[in-house]
Amino acid sequence: MKDETSSKTLKTLPREKAFYFFTSIGNYTGESAASLKEFMEKINAVNVKSLEFHLSRGDFEKWITEILEDKGLAEDIAKLQKASLTGDLLRSQLRALVSKRYQQLVGFTGLPR
Amino acid sequence: MQVKNRVLSLDETDLGILEALQEDARQTYAAIGKRLGIAHSTVYDRIRRMEQHGVIKKYTALINDEKIGGEKIMALMTVFTDPKESEKVAEKLSKATEVLEVYTSLSEELLIIAKVIADNQEKLHDFIANCVAPLSGVLRIRTSIITKKFKETHFSIVANPKKLTPRRDKGR
Repeated sequence: MKDETSSKTLKTLPREKAFYFFTSIGNYTGESAASLKEFMEKINAVNVKSLEFHLSRGDFEKWITEILEDKGLAEDIAKLQKASLTGDLLRSQLRALVSKRYQQLVGFTGLPR
Repeated sequence: MQVKNRVLSLDETDLGILEALQEDARQTYAAIGKRLGIAHSTVYDRIRRMEQHGVIKKYTALINDEKIGGEKIMALMTVFTDPKESEKVAEKLSKATEVLEVYTSLSEELLIIAKVIADNQEKLHDFIANCVAPLSGVLRIRTSIITKKFKETHFSIVANPKKLTPRRDKGR
């Protein structure tokens, strides 16, 4: 069965719709993600403070719901927010969630991983 | 010594008029003339000449933003840029209503410093995340929210008399 959201979620976005990683209000790290694949990669690359900042604000959920249109992944990330994870544990859990979803979607589309 | 402004030389009378205008731009030509001991028609002519040459850029009001915009926040935003894109980034920032002032600077890297105003921290972040970070050539951004203003002024002839030593001739 083909996941209806797979093609939308795996698309590459224009600059204005990419996710921009900040560490606090107005402090942009220079890292951005213009696709789910890039987002997954940047989870490992960015300062963990950036992950904590965006998770606490619900920015990941918002971007994944509104731009990537993947409610399921957004809900899973919301659960991480409720668990109040921080530091490397947050990074690994977030990475695991996004990676699992990415592999699942790529499997649906038959794209090379 | 005369003060040259590209094509216009300013003498003591011009500087006296500018000093008077910087103190109070709404005073009459007659009042300025009386203060400097010259005819109001001379004041008028000199002001017209300085306006035409761009010495006087415009007349504006100094507004106490703490009285009218107490809820708003100000921030100084430092935008590190790719040198090739720096001018374009500065020009785009200059067009945004949230941005009050824009400067370019060269320290270890080429950077743009901008003064930004917003209703609150959330709006400030939204503006930077949605309108500044996505601009081509932006490498990273550092933002400092201003918590208290100790001084804000503009270049003043009154405060810088030595920098503008006038020509010592009379009239024109």
